[in-house]
Amino acid sequence: MRNPLVLIVVAVVLAACGSTSSSATPLSGNVSVFAAASLTAAFNALGTDFQGANSGVTMKFNFAGTPTLVTQIEQGAPADVFASADSANKNKLKGDGFTAGTPKVFARNKLEIVVAPGNPNGITGLADLAKPGVIYITEAPTVPAGKYALQALKLAGVTVTPKSLEADVKSVVSKIELGEADAGIVYKTDVTAAGSKVSGVPIPDADNVVATYPIVAVKATTNAAAADAFIAYVLSALGQAKLQSFGFLSAS
Amino acid sequence: MSLDASIRLTLGPLDLDMDLTVEEGEVVALLGPNGAGKTTLLRAIAGLVPFRSGHVRLDGKVLEDPATRQYVPTERRPIGFVFQDYLLFPHLTVQENVAFGLHARGVPRQVADERATRWLDRVGLKGYARARPAELSGGQRQRVALARALAPDPRLLLLDEPLAALDATTRAEVRRDLKRHLESFEGIRLVVTHDPLEAVALADRLVVMENGHLVQTGTAGDVTEHPRSQYVADLVGVNLLRGEAGDGSVKLTSGQVVAAAGAESGDVFVVVHPRAVSVHRTHPEGSPRNVWSGRASSIELMGNRVRVRIDAAIPLVAEVTPAALKELNIVEGGEVWLSFKATDVGVYPA
Amino acid sequence: MRREGVPIIVVLPAAIGAAFFIVPLVGLIVRSPWGDALTALSAPETLEALKLSLIASLSATAVAVVLGVPLAWVYARVAFPGRALLRALTTLPMVLPPVVGGIALLLAFGRRGLLGAWLASTFGITFPFTTVGVVMAETFVAMPFLILTVEAGLRSMDRRYEEAARALGASRWRVFIRVTLPLIGPSLFAGAVLCWARALGEFGATITFAGNFPGVTQTMPLAVYLLLESNQEASFILSLVLLLVSLVVLVGLKDRWLGFGST
Repeated sequence: MRNPLVLIVVAVVLAACGSTSSSATPLSGNVSVFAAASLTAAFNALGTDFQGANSGVTMKFNFAGTPTLVTQIEQGAPADVFASADSANKNKLKGDGFTAGTPKVFARNKLEIVVAPGNPNGITGLADLAKPGVIYITEAPTVPAGKYALQALKLAGVTVTPKSLEADVKSVVSKIELGEADAGIVYKTDVTAAGSKVSGVPIPDADNVVATYPIVAVKATTNAAAADAFIAYVLSALGQAKLQSFGFLSAS
Repeated sequence: MSLDASIRLTLGPLDLDMDLTVEEGEVVALLGPNGAGKTTLLRAIAGLVPFRSGHVRLDGKVLEDPATRQYVPTERRPIGFVFQDYLLFPHLTVQENVAFGLHARGVPRQVADERATRWLDRVGLKGYARARPAELSGGQRQRVALARALAPDPRLLLLDEPLAALDATTRAEVRRDLKRHLESFEGIRLVVTHDPLEAVALADRLVVMENGHLVQTGTAGDVTEHPRSQYVADLVGVNLLRGEAGDGSVKLTSGQVVAAAGAESGDVFVVVHPRAVSVHRTHPEGSPRNVWSGRASSIELMGNRVRVRIDAAIPLVAEVTPAALKELNIVEGGEVWLSFKATDVGVYPA
Repeated sequence: MRREGVPIIVVLPAAIGAAFFIVPLVGLIVRSPWGDALTALSAPETLEALKLSLIASLSATAVAVVLGVPLAWVYARVAFPGRALLRALTTLPMVLPPVVGGIALLLAFGRRGLLGAWLASTFGITFPFTTVGVVMAETFVAMPFLILTVEAGLRSMDRRYEEAARALGASRWRVFIRVTLPLIGPSLFAGAVLCWARALGEFGATITFAGNFPGVTQTMPLAVYLLLESNQEASFILSLVLLLVSLVVLVGLKDRWLGFGST
């Protein structure tokens, strides 16, 4: 019989190797995440958690309207991870050859009407957006949220002309907070994120549009290991729970 | 009908304290060295410089009096001002420049243009109506400036160094023209100049200023024959001394005694013309009572005469011929004696 | 006689500096899809944005002249306590990030703004989301250019011309209109053109204060920004148009743009 001690040592070592994270060396360096504006609060929280678990990693976030992020990445901006607010933009980036690996849907979002705290104009649904005297704003149609808003209005059979087409959801929320506009269509998560500064009016599922958020690594990444690790974290149970605490719907 | 100005002001290093009256019919020249305050006085009369106390009255009407807070703004004073640099509006034509004052005072356009044209004629610039100031010569610009000031028919004409910006040749010719225009002007005329020749040529009465104060006033003859300040003495080119007269002699402030026929008593000025000063190489004998030794400090050739400045107990300027200079071998720094007769001296009360 | 050349210590940085500006312009020219240029330029949204940009920027310049010239005059001619502070405040928009300017405008003239709230409740007048709002935003960022240039012109002109005019009987108003203004003409012109060029290119304050809607508040810079997301190449062409317009303007001003020199 071989020395049983050797077998035990080998087994222990193998087990130890198996239980550490996918690479033997700890993660380090920067991870640049380009994420849709509607992911701001949630991803900042995810980033803090991920950094906590991986002390060698520094998370850097760039939040903007999804089309803007696509342009930036295609023009050479240094990104490691791309989190999009719709599939169309993700497909464009993929089709142009800027992604690596398989994109995965990590969250879903629904639309909600955002109004001033206490809903002073008494908005009850999409039809009220067309009420005379109500200043309605939305995102530009090139931004996913803007596209979805138009779809929702069409589903509800409402025709209304917005007073402004903002560059991203955050701008719409800001203007509602400032009292410049009365109502806008944004994601449910945006209403949650704004807390007591705004109120939300739900849109019935029949008229609502579900936005799917894919996440994928960027081909030109300089830190593939950490990028993949972050994506895995977002998709993990912990990550999903965090996302849902911000109002996102689960990935499936 | 007159200008009655009494101005007291301080502007930087200048302390101005002047009383001035100009009657209708006389041309008065304000003469003095640079920095005397002549231009400042003129501008104060025009209302362009505020003053501390005094008054400006024109034809009996008060134009400015700080004590009673009366102030008629410049644009409402019936004055014409010719500036030293003429200040013709560069963006307007000659005709528009001359008509400017008329338009400003509400004269109907056609009448104003006619008058402007007539004035251009009078100053000999017919045909230049459409020209721009930049295209004119210095002499021509001066004439436009004059026409511009006169066209609105002012009561008081103020001229600030009207010929200073011209070169020597143009100046003489323009001076003649200016005199002619001044003579035909019917209001009150006040000219500022630092050039005595100009003052004498244009004015009936000279008012000499130095350091913001009046030094002397009188006709050209009065002033040149009886200078009362070193400045005027230098302008005229005579030696000026001052002292206490007593019985045929004057005790100068420097302590020297000058024999002067006609010196009786009191505080007096003594004028010695350089012509009257003789230069010798040795102590001269003879009748002249006034003899001093000194050193020739500078020698200046002026045409067919030579001016020798002599540093003596009484520093004087002597005028001799070049021949005499050569014959006596007078050189700069050389020792000389000077003399002049007691009868060759002018004495008058200070 | 040998002419002195320019020392290398001057030529090198100058060349680098020049390249810094020339290369981006060249990049834009090279990358623009000239084949689609005409389509991009004649698209109705483009024409609408262009028309709005021209109307708004010219209006902003007019407002800047009406309000800015008197302000410049006060700065140049009237000494009063706090003048330096006031001048600094009215020059601030030049160094402020435009978005910050937009926010400031909202806080003042927005629906709940300091003045805006009163105007909205008393007269029902609001500025955000209107073309007037665009003009306000553009005036806010561009007027300082005009004020600065005109003030410099007023300070450098020979004030004795004004005295000469007064001595000829001109009232203060007539002096200003017939003498001062013509003499500072070049500065005023240069200031107005600079102001117009700045107003034309304004983005941050406009989108923040006035919003973005085609035909009402979507000026050229806003249109370019959004086109960047949907039709990149078209945005290059429009950017080029804006760049060339500004270039033509500045070249036309030549060395008069600093505002010095009366005739």
